[in-house]
Amino acid sequence: MDIAALSADALSRIAAAGDGEALEAVRVALLGKAGSISALLKTMGAMSPEERTARGPAIHGLRETVTAALTARKDALASAALEARLAGETVDLTLPAPETPRGSLHPVSQVMDELAEIFADMGFAVATGPEIEDDWHNFTALNMPESHPARAMHDTFYFEAAEDRQADAPQMLLRTHTSPVQIRTMLDVVSRHPGGAPLRIIAPGRVYRSDSDATHTPMFHQIEGLVIDRGIHLGHLKWTLETFLKAFFKRDDIVLRLRPSYFPFTEPSVEVDVGWTLNGARRALGGDGDAPGCGWMELLGSGMVNRKVIAFGGLDPGEWSGFAFGVGVDRLAMLKYAMDDLRAFFDGDARWLAHYAFSPLDVPTLSAGVGSRA
Amino acid sequence: MKFTLSWLKEHLETTADLTAILAALNRIGLEVEGVDDPAARLAGFNVARVISAERHPQTDKLQVLSVDAGDGGPLQVVCGAPNARAGLIGVLGRPGAVVPANGMELKVSAIRGVESNGMMCSVRELELGDEHDGIIELPGDAPIGMAYADYAGSDPVIDVSVTPNRQDCMGVRGIARDLAAAGLGALKPLHEAYRMAALAPIAGAGPAPDVRTDDPAGCPAFFAQAVSGVTNGASPPWLRAKLIAVGQKPISVLVDITNFVSLDLGRPLHVYDRAKLSGPLVARRARSGETVEALNGKTYTLTEAMTVIADDAHVHDIAGIMGGALSGVSEATADVLIECAYFDPDHIARTGQALALTSDARQRFERGVDPAFLDDGLAIAVHLVLEHCGGTASAITRAGSPPTTPRTVVYDPALAQRLGGLEVAPERQKTILQSLGFGVAPDWTVTVPTWRRDIDAAPDLVEEVVRIEGLDKVASVALPRADGVARPTATPAQKLERRVRRAAAARGLNEAVTWSFLPQAQADAFAEGNGFLWTLANPISEDMKVMRPSLLPGLLAAAQRNLARGADSLRLFEIGRRYLRGENNRSDERLTLAAVLLGDKTPRGWASGKAAAFDAFDAKAEALVLLAEAGAPTSNLQVMGEAGGQFHPGQSGTLRLGPRTVLARFGMLHPATLAKFDIDVPVAAVELFLDAIPAKRGAGEFARPAYAPPALQGVTRDFAFIVPLALPAGDLVRAVRSADKAAITGARLFDDFRGAGVPDGHKSLGIEVTLQPGDKSFAEAELKAIAERITAAATKLGAVLRG
Repeated sequence: MDIAALSADALSRIAAAGDGEALEAVRVALLGKAGSISALLKTMGAMSPEERTARGPAIHGLRETVTAALTARKDALASAALEARLAGETVDLTLPAPETPRGSLHPVSQVMDELAEIFADMGFAVATGPEIEDDWHNFTALNMPESHPARAMHDTFYFEAAEDRQADAPQMLLRTHTSPVQIRTMLDVVSRHPGGAPLRIIAPGRVYRSDSDATHTPMFHQIEGLVIDRGIHLGHLKWTLETFLKAFFKRDDIVLRLRPSYFPFTEPSVEVDVGWTLNGARRALGGDGDAPGCGWMELLGSGMVNRKVIAFGGLDPGEWSGFAFGVGVDRLAMLKYAMDDLRAFFDGDARWLAHYAFSPLDVPTLSAGVGSRA
Repeated sequence: MKFTLSWLKEHLETTADLTAILAALNRIGLEVEGVDDPAARLAGFNVARVISAERHPQTDKLQVLSVDAGDGGPLQVVCGAPNARAGLIGVLGRPGAVVPANGMELKVSAIRGVESNGMMCSVRELELGDEHDGIIELPGDAPIGMAYADYAGSDPVIDVSVTPNRQDCMGVRGIARDLAAAGLGALKPLHEAYRMAALAPIAGAGPAPDVRTDDPAGCPAFFAQAVSGVTNGASPPWLRAKLIAVGQKPISVLVDITNFVSLDLGRPLHVYDRAKLSGPLVARRARSGETVEALNGKTYTLTEAMTVIADDAHVHDIAGIMGGALSGVSEATADVLIECAYFDPDHIARTGQALALTSDARQRFERGVDPAFLDDGLAIAVHLVLEHCGGTASAITRAGSPPTTPRTVVYDPALAQRLGGLEVAPERQKTILQSLGFGVAPDWTVTVPTWRRDIDAAPDLVEEVVRIEGLDKVASVALPRADGVARPTATPAQKLERRVRRAAAARGLNEAVTWSFLPQAQADAFAEGNGFLWTLANPISEDMKVMRPSLLPGLLAAAQRNLARGADSLRLFEIGRRYLRGENNRSDERLTLAAVLLGDKTPRGWASGKAAAFDAFDAKAEALVLLAEAGAPTSNLQVMGEAGGQFHPGQSGTLRLGPRTVLARFGMLHPATLAKFDIDVPVAAVELFLDAIPAKRGAGEFARPAYAPPALQGVTRDFAFIVPLALPAGDLVRAVRSADKAAITGARLFDDFRGAGVPDGHKSLGIEVTLQPGDKSFAEAELKAIAERITAAATKLGAVLRG
């Protein structure tokens, strides 16, 4: 046979090999010790140099062609076998993946973090105080002496006296507002740095009133703000509230209406209304409350800190002035995130939490924004 | 505080309309709580005349009226009233009007095939009374087409919220004075409002009543005048109408007069029937245990701290709070004694609080009535009694003297800007103060009117100036801002709380916020010892009575509610305070995290088969991860017992730093605990005592200790030990781990086997030990020596290396 015929015959046998075993048999028949191409290669030893020069390349070429064809065929057979195996391993990917629980933060916590972030940018530190307070911090030091009529407005929870209570022990109660933290913070600062001020704090936390109906719960959350410095006046209060509310609600059109009011611990005292606009059927804060179809919502109480309160805090009211405000955290959360039922806040209903609560990664930051979009 | 617009105008000469008055009230701090404006309520209801009435073609019960509404051609109206007839003048509701009684908006409609363009209304439909026998019939001179509210003399009722500092506005006149100062008109002279020639004591005849005060502290002044020969009956219509409009019930003219003066001038009075008195009437301290039946029908037991008005035989009045039933006036009353006294506000407040008794009089006296208004108040009262009841006035008795010395405040008009942030010209400030009744001396010494007990310092005057000038004029001024980027402000405790909260949520737990108070039984079940609980004296309900000593009860109650709603998997947590009683009755509030895991840990699934339940190790895992996030040194923690009786005795523990510092408790809860919450599925629970975590030493540096990963790879060796069943695996791991502190970097238990091949009463524990070579790989001899040290350490605990 000539080389060309040999080559054609070998390639067709390789192509016809259906599996690895058959292919190996072909390889042995061609390139094994007794293989036909091996035999041809052996004939080259007996050739004259001229003949080897003439026929050698063709013989070597034949071997290379066949070797390459064997390798290619082997790879093809292996690949086909792998595909066949994988085809048998098909799974239904519409089946559900393992479930991982989704944890969440309560709206009150989220909003408190948001407020801390906003006020940190304005230089306010976060202060805390006890919820089980004494009469003096909750009332007397806030310019509400024992017979003060304003005490009656507070619906206070009182504690039973301990059996071993000393005669002069203070009457303990659940704080009715976060304002006692004003006194505690001033006294604390004064004790550490004589002279004390200036200071800027917010004090978030639980407060209690013996009141329960559709819009009041006996426990709720408040945030207190206090600024003590030289030359502080009502204009600073207004700016601070405007700035905070604009940042919190992320609206530049927040309009405040200040109304004279009365709190024993501030003088002058100011009730703050915020204009709302109808967004569908819902009142959304923003816009001028006097515009047609709009209105005012009473949001918070505030004022210039009463001189007596500054003095109770250990500071000289002749030198220092300041403002304070208190606002409901639950209320802010409800207004911002469109929640209607205050009582649901304290029920722990997993369905409500799944709908209204926040991802732990919704960390309020100044760069990413304080607030989580629905 | 309610009043009507026409009532206000008796004191205020004004051309302002209702809207302007309401806006001004809000602007000056008299918050309008509500307005009932009949004109608004009755909008669309006008006077109309029936021109003709024909039978309805379909039914005898209806008539088809032709009605003249005064503004064009006649209207066809279907009407079912029996009194509807030609010539009748009544009230027509036009389409668009809303019927007050049922809130229905009237429309053009077909009634049994006949078009009707409105409704002729009954008294009840307009909520003007109960009468519903037929449609309203008005007199023949009623002007056709006029708004019915105008015809009927609509008088809007205004309800303002008066803050406790403004006693002077607990009378209509005080409100009028404030409005006048705010530019809404002029305050009329008081005597004109009462149609008196002048405001002066009424000189009577006959002996002055025998009254005195023996308690000058509680009752500094007791003025009285008698009127004899009075006729007590129903009040005149104007007086009845006023009282009814503001929600008060007319009783008799004598009583109504005192109520009216109280509402009009903020000046409470009391009228005694002299026939029921014996001997002099004396203001004195009550005797301990003395009782009085008050006008509300209830009997009160008094103490020596309380002031009363009494005669020789009985207590007739809880001074300044409520009169007594014994000497109240009746239709038979002929001779009366009118009391106009000044009671000390603090005394009144304390007595009222102690008796839990509120009244219009108490509200006014405890806020401090005008001490300089006793003569005027008495004169007005006697004038009204003489006018409406007849009789003859006696001379006046003035026992004691009220504290009328006016206060002065040194003021600086620059304060309006310094404190109020509002630039107001000094002359304007002076005008404002004078219009409110203040006296202003050239040196700005300001004399406070006797009716303004709330004013005692310069900032109070700033408030007066700013509220009248307009708080809305105060411009925003930015707080000075510190240079650079805002500095962090949170304390370490606050950062820890925020971090752990988000870590718990990232672990798949859902944060709940539960009540701080618990039912007694739940608090007792979680109390740490006797006498540690804070119990409310006046809880809102028995379910909210005791401050929580643990966060678990609140979460369990929430879990139970969720289970009742069909929840099948719950992971709830809360971060908050638990409340303990500290030394000296002080509050000891500790930051705590609690979590409950119940129901399915993983639901049944196509891959995993049955649902998996939570166990104590799930609680342990949360405890360890969250403690680590909180910065606790978790590698040094020991698992010990004594989680508390609320937990499963064999499946619970504590995590401690040293023997005494408990950082957490965890495990399965005791079924008896769960039964108290009506929970019948197992609950894994964890409570972390975040307050007990020691502060990190040397915190505050950003730089970490130097570290480079070792060049050589660590090697692992497995050891299996047979140990007694009672030996805690943790002890063995700890012993193994400490066998060679240089080489061993980890020891991890991977197998706990009991059964075939392991002797009874024993278990086989498999531990994978990680060894970290230093510069050179371990030689065989070194590995052998380490293994021997490990075996020796284990042997000390009674462990035998498994062959």
